[in-house]
Order: sequence, then structure tokens, then C-alpha cells
Amino acid sequence: MRRFVISVTLAVTALVLTTGPALAQDSVRLTGSGATFPFPLYSAWFKAFSQKQKTVSVDYQGKDSGAGIQDLTNRTVDFAASDAAMTDEQMAKVPGGVQLLPMTAGEIVISYNLPGSPKALKLPRDVYPAIFLGKITKWSDPKIKAANPGVSLPDLDITVVRRADASGTTFVFTTHLAAVSEEWAKGPGAGTTVNWPKSDKIVASPKNDGVTATIKQTPGAIGYVEFAFAKFAKLEMALIQNKAGQYVGPGGEGGPAALASFALPANLRAWVTDPEGAKAYPIATYTWMLFYKENKDPKKAAALRQMVEYCLTDGQKAAASLGYIPLPETVVAAVRKAASSIQ
Amino acid sequence: MKTLELRSEVTAASVSAPPSSWDYLADRSFRAMAQAGVWIILLLLGFILWSIGGKAWIGMRDYGIGFLVSTTWDVGRQQFGILPHIWGTLYSSLLALAVGGFFGVAMAIFLTQDFLPPRLAQVFRTIVELLAAIPSVVYGLWGLFFVVPAMRPAAAWLFERFGFIPFFGTTLSGPGMAPASLVLAIMVLPTVAAVSQDALRLVPYKVKEAAYGMGTTRWEAILKVMLPAASTGIFGALVLGFGRALGETMALAMLIGNSNQISLSLFSPANTLAALLALNFPEAGPREVQVLMYAALVLLAITLVVNMIGEAIMTLSSRRRVK
Repeated sequence: MRRFVISVTLAVTALVLTTGPALAQDSVRLTGSGATFPFPLYSAWFKAFSQKQKTVSVDYQGKDSGAGIQDLTNRTVDFAASDAAMTDEQMAKVPGGVQLLPMTAGEIVISYNLPGSPKALKLPRDVYPAIFLGKITKWSDPKIKAANPGVSLPDLDITVVRRADASGTTFVFTTHLAAVSEEWAKGPGAGTTVNWPKSDKIVASPKNDGVTATIKQTPGAIGYVEFAFAKFAKLEMALIQNKAGQYVGPGGEGGPAALASFALPANLRAWVTDPEGAKAYPIATYTWMLFYKENKDPKKAAALRQMVEYCLTDGQKAAASLGYIPLPETVVAAVRKAASSIQ
Repeated sequence: MKTLELRSEVTAASVSAPPSSWDYLADRSFRAMAQAGVWIILLLLGFILWSIGGKAWIGMRDYGIGFLVSTTWDVGRQQFGILPHIWGTLYSSLLALAVGGFFGVAMAIFLTQDFLPPRLAQVFRTIVELLAAIPSVVYGLWGLFFVVPAMRPAAAWLFERFGFIPFFGTTLSGPGMAPASLVLAIMVLPTVAAVSQDALRLVPYKVKEAAYGMGTTRWEAILKVMLPAASTGIFGALVLGFGRALGETMALAMLIGNSNQISLSLFSPANTLAALLALNFPEAGPREVQVLMYAALVLLAITLVVNMIGEAIMTLSSRRRVK
């Protein structure tokens, strides 16, 4: 018996020793971390990609954008993802350089909770910044009523729900508000956390799910979340008046129209703060993957380029069904060209 | 018979014989280990203070005392102040202690003073202790989905009738001080109840018998004899509970509304130091990390001061009783 055990152990060891390196030679394992906003889409992509390319497996950890940038700087991952791209200062810390590639885009919606759940409330451009500034405090405010004839609006206090943690969502939302409203730009301004007006009616919750839950639990609440969260929690989403004066809702033609109305610069880093175009949904943003320009292992670099190519082709088709905006053709071409600098 | 003899022989030998070198060794190494343990704890505390302080000192140098009395937290303009957080931390913890302490001590009396058959008391005790095993985030979710909606009608009524009292001066919009401190009270309850029970059980039974012998009623015996006799331990329980409330993070981050304002109203949103730290660290820039470390140091100092005051009161009260 004992001899049997020993021989089995030996056999297994031999097997591991001989096949282990062989397996490692053929297959490449890529790890990434960062933004949670595109996490549902990325994990779907990487699962499908790993199944298609038997030799490459991709692990992606949704931490948050800041942590992704940190991991990339410390070289603990092969790639990272960030909703806020990377600043020049952050990129300078990575020797060899960083390639930013916008991979998908998303919308941020203004959700609300009103008795009787009126659908698709219209919010004019001068109204929603004033709500988030705490200047319009009642749902029965004449300005909201004027934009929504026929909708019965209760005499209820507006409770603004915002993000308590620093987040890319807040960054995109406040950047948009600052572009629309001068008062917002001079007051709270734009950033991952801003100094919100002090009011009893402005409360904060952690993460997208916290904000979603608080809106759901609070009659009279209004807040901003990513489209997918509002969609799956079945929150009501407002139609927002865009630069052309049209009211556009999220989740339809509005997102692609917003991206199409806007040309990306050469470094592929820009924010769609207030898109032109009659059909454009006003609050949309790209989200980026971050790659090293100089990878130590050429096999890994090749696998990364393969991965990007998959995301740009098959991946874009899956984006819309999960609540993301597929990249416009021009952007796909620009990203494909830029991806060749991953070496 | 034989075993008995043997046993007496062994005990006799071990008591009368001089300690062997093995005994010396065991004794000394135990002593050394105990000492090392104490030193390691002290060194660890020193190291924590040093490492936090090392990161915080630039923030302390640049913001100084103004940090403690300013009410603005604006990362974009690099203005930082934590007065609302200090206020919120102390206010929510005191409220939680008032509610949780009252019910905790009441529960301890109920479970130790022969109100229940011992077996049933044991069941209740286990249930109360189970409260301590519920994770903080579950309390937070429960608060958000149950406590806040349940509290809303009562809060609206109080605001309408008694809105002139500052405590009820605003309406409850959702998250706020009242639901947060109520949930916090439930979280400190098991600590207070468990330690108070131990304190009450430590009072010798004879004391109670003596009180009864002097003709007291049951409540007189409990309130005038048992509680004062156990007061040091009960006070310790309250200090422990307060410490727990000060440091509680996740449930409060979900329930308190995280709004940087100072208000007496129970229905206003507020903020706490622990929530500030937990929510802002992950994406903090280098400058923000320094001031967050400063805030962490302040939280540490508050906890330390609270514990020292508690210790001092306990010593004072026990000294007075001896006289």
C-alpha cells in the first residue's frame, strides 16, 4: 500500500514537472483591475474571449478607478481600467509610457422616486442643476410643472441623493453640470468628490448600489447613477434637455448620438461634457483601459493586442444589451490604430 | 485504594520537593513571554501611532488647529475641515449609548436577577449575544430598508407637532441621525448587556440576601443595592459600548447621510469620522491621504480620551465607595 502511495506521488510529481512548463509556454494569463462601472461588460467580454482563445485567460478585478491606476503604477497587473482615464502626472510615473484606449461608453441617468411613479419626467437645462444646488426644493416648483404639463406633481420636498465616496460617476456628472450651469461651475465645481451645498435635503450614500437603494427607499428623492444600475433596479429615469433643446432619455439612440457628435483627440482622452446634436443624450462618458507601451513579455503584449481586437469587434456587439454604448466606427478605427503601440 | 495512595504521593512530592530546574525554566520563560507580550502590544500601538502620524504630520503642519474647527471638505479647492465629522461622531455615539445603554443595562438586570428560569435566561442571553455576530453591512441594509421607512411617519408627526424643539427641527428625508443612532444602539446593545451581566453576577449573593433581610422590596434591592455594587462594571460596559459606537463604520456610512453639517435635529443627515475615512480613502489623492490620516489620528485621540475619562470616573467612584 505504502509503496503504491509513493509511486503515485512520484508519478504525479513527474507529470506536473513535465507538463507544467509546457502549459505555461502555450497559455498566457492576463490580469487586470480597476473601474467597477464597466465591470459587468468586461467580465462578459473576458469570459467569452477566454473561451474563444483557448490559450489566453483574462482575470479582471473590479476595485475602482483609483485602485486600478495604483496597480498599474506598481506593475502588479498587466492592464488596468479607469473611468477617469489617467492624468499626465499619473502617466509620467509609469516608465515606458501608458496607452489609454477607450473601450466602451456609458450614460449617467438622473433617477427619481415620486408617488404614482410618473414616467419620463422632463428636466430642462436650467432646472436640474438648480435641483442639485438645492435651489429648487419642491417637486411642485412652477419650473418643473411648466416642463411637464399634464403630470401631477406632489407638494413634496426634493431629497437629493449623491455619492458619498469619491467616484468616476460623480466626476462625469459634476463635469456635465459645470458645463451646463455657470453657478455650478463657480460653486461645487467638478471632481470625483465636490463640496456639495449644505442642506438637510442633500444626503449621500456609498457606491452606485447605495444611491440606488436610497432613491428607492425615499419618496421625493432624486439622484444620479449609472444607467445599468437604474435599469436593473427599475428606477424611473428623467428625460434631460440637451444643448439643442430636445428632451432625450437614456438607453436608446441618445448615447451613440452623443459620442458621434464629438471627435476624440490624438491621445484618446476627452470627456463628452455637453454634446451637440438634437438626438444626443447629455450625460455620456467613455471609459478607458490602460496598457503599458512596453511589456516585458512579447507573448503577453500579443495577447493583450488580441484581447483589444476582440473587444473592438465581437465585444462591441454585446455592449448595448448590457446597458453600455457601442463605440462609433471612427473611434474603433482610432483605438485599433493606437493598440499597435502595446509592445 | 491503590490509585488514591499514588495520587496523594504525587501531590505530596510536588508540593514538598524543591522546584526542579525544569520548574525554574518554565517559570522564567513564562514570565519572559508575558513581558514580551506586553511590550509587543505597546510597541505595536507606538508603531501604529508613528506610522499614521508620519503620514499625517504634513497635513497637521499645513492645516493645524483650523482643521478641527473648519466645516468645509472640498478636495477640489484643497480645503479640509472635520468639525461636522467630530460633532456627528460624538452626537451619534452619545445617542446610541443613551438608548443602547438603557436597554442593555435593563436587559442585564432582567437576565441576572431571577426574573426568568435559568434555562430561559440562558436562551435570551444567547439571542442577545447573537446580535453581536451580525455583520455591520447587514445592519446598514436593514436600517435602509426597514428602520428608515418605519421611522418616517413618526418623524413627520414629531416635526409637525414639535418642530419648534431643535431636536425635531427638520423632516426626515431618508438617511439621517435618528435611524443611524438607533441602529448603532442595537449594535452596542450586546456589548453593554454582556459586560453588565458579568458585573451584576459578580456581586455576591449574600449582598442581596442581606438587603432582603433588611426588608427591602425586590426593586429596592436591585436599584439601591445591586446596581451600586455593580456600578464600576456597568460603567465599564458603557465605556466599551461608547468606544464601539465611535469606531463603527459601514452601517453608519450607509445610514447617516454623509452630509457635512452640524445640526441638533435628529432627522438631519450628518457625518462621522469613521465614515469619512472609509468612503474617501480608496480614491484619495496624495494630499487627501495626509488629511485623512490627520482625521484618523483625531479619531484615535477621541477614543483614547473617552477611555481615559471612563477609567478616571471608575477609579473615582470606587474610591468614594470605599470611604
